[in-house]
Amino acid sequence: MSMQTPARRIGRADYDAIAAWIRPGSTVLDLGCGDGTLLRHLRETREVRGYGIEIEDDKVIACVANGVNVLQGDLDRGLAEFDSGSFDSVILSLTLQAMLHTEEIVLEMLRVGREAIVTFPNFGYWRHRLQVIAGRMPVSDKLPYSWYDTPNVHLCTIHDFDEFCRKRSIRVLERLVFCDGVPVHVLPNLMGSLAVYRFERAQD
Amino acid sequence: MTSEHSVGAVTARRLHFEQPLATVAGAVLPSYDLVYETYGSLNADRSNAVLVCHALNASHHVAGWYVGDENNIGWWDNMIGPGKPLDTNRYFVIGVNNPGSCFGSTGPASIDPHTGTPWGSRFPVMTVADWVEAQARLADALGIASFAAVMGGSLGAMQALQWAIRYPQRVRSAVLVAGTARLTAQNIAFNEVARRAIVTDPDFHGGDYYAHGVKPKRGLRLARMIGHITYLSDDAMMEKFGRASRAEGFKYHFDVDFEVESYLRHQSDKFAEYFDANTYLLITRALDYFDPARACNGDLSAALAGAQARFLVASFTSDWRFSPARSREMVKALTDNRLDVSYAEIDAPHGHDAFLLTDRRYHAVVRAFFDTLAREQGIVGGAGQPIELPGRVEPAVAPAGLPQSGFAA
Repeated sequence: MSMQTPARRIGRADYDAIAAWIRPGSTVLDLGCGDGTLLRHLRETREVRGYGIEIEDDKVIACVANGVNVLQGDLDRGLAEFDSGSFDSVILSLTLQAMLHTEEIVLEMLRVGREAIVTFPNFGYWRHRLQVIAGRMPVSDKLPYSWYDTPNVHLCTIHDFDEFCRKRSIRVLERLVFCDGVPVHVLPNLMGSLAVYRFERAQD
Repeated sequence: MTSEHSVGAVTARRLHFEQPLATVAGAVLPSYDLVYETYGSLNADRSNAVLVCHALNASHHVAGWYVGDENNIGWWDNMIGPGKPLDTNRYFVIGVNNPGSCFGSTGPASIDPHTGTPWGSRFPVMTVADWVEAQARLADALGIASFAAVMGGSLGAMQALQWAIRYPQRVRSAVLVAGTARLTAQNIAFNEVARRAIVTDPDFHGGDYYAHGVKPKRGLRLARMIGHITYLSDDAMMEKFGRASRAEGFKYHFDVDFEVESYLRHQSDKFAEYFDANTYLLITRALDYFDPARACNGDLSAALAGAQARFLVASFTSDWRFSPARSREMVKALTDNRLDVSYAEIDAPHGHDAFLLTDRRYHAVVRAFFDTLAREQGIVGGAGQPIELPGRVEPAVAPAGLPQSGFAA
C-alpha cells in the first residue's frame, strides 16, 4: 500500500480545514470515519487522541490496517456509550446527509463534544440547482449517487443549515465553503459545493 | 484439512514448576505442571511472542497436528499459521493449558504427590487471575518479558483482559474476541444448571469418583448439552436441523425423534468420554467469578485505569451468550481511559461459536490488527532457528481440546 502519507496537507479541502481547527493534543471523535484517513492525519499532524465510528465492515478493517482506533457502530443509535463532554471535538464529515436522525446526531455531538465540526455537500450549489431546473435530481462529485440508490436522505443547503443552527440554539464559530477545493467567499450558497462548520452550544 | 497454511506437525512440552501457586481463594497448589505448545520462532529481541488463552473445553493445542494423530487439529488452526491472520512467519505463538484442565496440565484428575491419589475434590478452585499467574511463570521460563499480544475468545478473552490489568508492562496488545468483563446472571444460571447436572449424578461421589472407577457421565452429558445450545444461535440451529426427524413420521415416544436431539446426544456422549467432570465444574466457576471491576465497586473503567495495551475487541451479532453489549461495555471502559482500542461487531449468524469459525471480515480485522502491530512496533519474525524450549516433550495423547462445538469441528 501507499507508504507515503502527506506530511501536512491531505488534499481534501474539508480535511485540511478541520486539521487547522483541531488543537494539538486534543481528543477527537470522528463519526462516520471511513477508512480513518482524517483521524490518521490528525494524529500525525495534531497528535490528537481519538476514535472513529464506522458502520461498514470493510471500512472498519481499513481503519485497523491504517492504525486508527475505530469502533464499529450505527450512528443512528446515538452516542449513548460516550459520556457528556468527554471529547474536545466531535467531527461528522460528509455523513450528515446520510443520517436518518439528523437532528438527534447534531445534538448528540454537542452533548459529547465541547465543539462539533460538520461538513456536508451544499445542495444549493449552482450545478445542483441547474440539474433540478432541468428536471433531474442532481448528480455530482460530492453527490455521486442516483436518486434510487443514494444513501443521502437529508440533503440541505447552506441556508438551511444556518437556519437549523439558529432554531436549535447552536452557535456557529466558523464556516468555510469550498468549490473544487478552493475557498468560496462570494455567494457561498450558490457557488460552494462543500460546507464546513465549526459550532458549539450557545450559552443560555 | 487445513494443511496449506498449517504450522504442520507440532509437539507439546511439559514444564514442571516447584514454586507453589497461591490462589485467589487462599489455597495453595504446591507444585504443578503446565503443558504448552509453540509455533513460529522467537526473534532475537524476544518481541514477537503472542500468548493464546483457551476457553472452556480447549487446550494448549491451538494449531497444527500431531504425528500419528493427524486429525487432531488445533482448535484455532484457522486463525494461526503461516500466512494466517495471526501469522506464525512473523509471530511466535504460545498455547498453554491452564491448571485445573484435563488436557495435560495439573488438574483434578492428576495425582497429588502427597497422597498418591487424584486431587479430585481437594483440587483448589481456580480463578482467571490464578491462571494468568501460572501463564506469567511460563512466560518467565521462556524468557519473554512482554507479549506483543495476549489473545483469547470467550473465557480466553477474560484471561487476556486480566493480563492487561495485572501485568500492564508485559502486554503490548490484547485481542478480546466474544468476551465479557463479567458474566450476567443468566450466564451464571446456565453454568449452575450444568454443575447441578454433574454434582447430582450418582457417579460423582463428591468429586472423588476416580477411586470408584466411574465417571459422572450422565451429568457431564447434560452439562455439555445445555452449554452447547447456548453457544449456538436459534437461527443457526434451525438452519442446520430445522424440525427434521430421524425416521419417517413421529414415533410418539420420549426417545429421539428429531435430528437436533440425535445431534446433542452424539456430541454430549463424545464429550463425556474425554472431558473430566471436576474440570467442568472448575472452569465454569472461573467464568462465574471473573469480575475485575469488583475491586473497584463495579467500575470497570477504574479497573482498567492502569492498563497500557492497545486493544482489539470483536463480538458477533448473533452471540447471545457473550453478546455484543458485553463487548461494548469493555470498549466503553477502554475509551473512558483513552486507551487505543478498535472494536469490530461482526454480523455473523453462528452465535458464540462464531469466534472459532472462519469469517472473512472477522479474520481480516484480526489480520489487519496484527499487521499494524508489527509495522508500528517493528516486529519481525524469528530467523527460524529454534530456541531452547524448557520442559520435556509430551507424548501426543488425544484428545487435546476439540473446538467448542461440533459445528466448528
